[in-house]
Amino acid sequence: MNSVTYANMVRFILLVGLQVVVLNHINFLGYINPYTYILFVILFPIKNSRTLFVFLSFLMGLTIDLFSDSGGIHAASCVSIAYARPLILKFCFGTIYEYQTIKFDTVEFGSKLLYITILTVIHHLILFSLEIFNISKIILTLQKTLFSSIFTIILCILITIIFSRKTK
Amino acid sequence: MQQIINFIIRNKTFLLFLLLFTLSLTFTIQTHSYHKSKFINSANFLTGGVYNSLSNINNYFGLKTQNEILLEENSRLNAILHNSKSVNDSSFTDRTTFNKNYRFTPANILKNSFASSKNVLLLNKGFSDSIQQDFGVISSKGIVGIIDHTSKKYATVLSILNTSSKISAQLKKTNHFGTLTWNGQSPYFTQLIDIPKIAPVNVGDTIVTSGRSSIFPKGISIGIIHDFKLDAAENYYEINIKLFNDMTNLEHVYVIENTDIQEITNLLNTSQNE
Repeated sequence: MNSVTYANMVRFILLVGLQVVVLNHINFLGYINPYTYILFVILFPIKNSRTLFVFLSFLMGLTIDLFSDSGGIHAASCVSIAYARPLILKFCFGTIYEYQTIKFDTVEFGSKLLYITILTVIHHLILFSLEIFNISKIILTLQKTLFSSIFTIILCILITIIFSRKTK
Repeated sequence: MQQIINFIIRNKTFLLFLLLFTLSLTFTIQTHSYHKSKFINSANFLTGGVYNSLSNINNYFGLKTQNEILLEENSRLNAILHNSKSVNDSSFTDRTTFNKNYRFTPANILKNSFASSKNVLLLNKGFSDSIQQDFGVISSKGIVGIIDHTSKKYATVLSILNTSSKISAQLKKTNHFGTLTWNGQSPYFTQLIDIPKIAPVNVGDTIVTSGRSSIFPKGISIGIIHDFKLDAAENYYEINIKLFNDMTNLEHVYVIENTDIQEITNLLNTSQNE
């Protein structure tokens, strides 16, 4: 049990709390909610074992599902982005990722934005397709994905900027 | 054997991913069929407790509007009580009123939800208050939903704003009945389908529950007709209903128990089996 483990445990609980207590009740324009709990998946340390990471992401999604009575939609989308994350990391950060030396506080803003955007859009697309579960309502699905993604990305970026530990 | 084990070890992340993804898909599909989701619902000790303490705080912010809603209901009930004095003598017993067969339990909404397409609410009464599956839930203005899962102290409600919810409803002035569904879009409108073409449908007509499902008594108000059109086969109307209830602002609700439901279902089952 080192400080990284503790930091992630605290982050898990805080993000679930934030999501359940505040963000699920925003309902901006009737249906737009940000899902910033995926910051847990986004910021999880890279060096840890992938199996554990996938499992923890599943747990994260399932906890949100428990609170919002949504079956397994959050769990499914969380597991998917957790599994796909190495690919996206390689795409966004290139060689830094190869040497396993990414620190999310110090990477370039552009590639960080790209990384968060890709993960968020994949997550939301799976989330809303499973929630609506109806191919004839694909416009509604895409519409919800688009608007919620914008909201989530902005909040995620803000939170990472506010809580970044920059030592200059 | 060695190779199989090697394969599993090499692909353990992928296999775990596949397993967990299938698991969550199963949970998801279970919630799409009514009453099937067994594990993942918010009527448990942990989530119920969190929502309970949360709503204890949140209640204070809505006190004024909730008071006004209750006052409105009181004045409506008072109006009924005092205006019906002329027929309320001792020799008159109104057998058509539903007081005899239905028991009402007041409850509070702990978690309201209206933004997703499968909205589920959480109540602060559970089976220790003799709340069971398939009891109806109404507010002072109209219907809210049907009890889905219960735990000791909490119960989840399948809201009428849920795409898998189906409730029997009818026109107030005639007895043409149809099914109340929701298309997942606006929380202020629901859809009534399967009303036959012959029914006299006008914008502004009132829609009430039909009492056919024996969950709700007959005549609980739902909303008024906003607009309507014929369906693709041109045999039935699809009606857009503006709800009386503001589903985004719910606090005090009543759970309705039909005390005769056992008898009714038994009777229906025997006649169907013959």
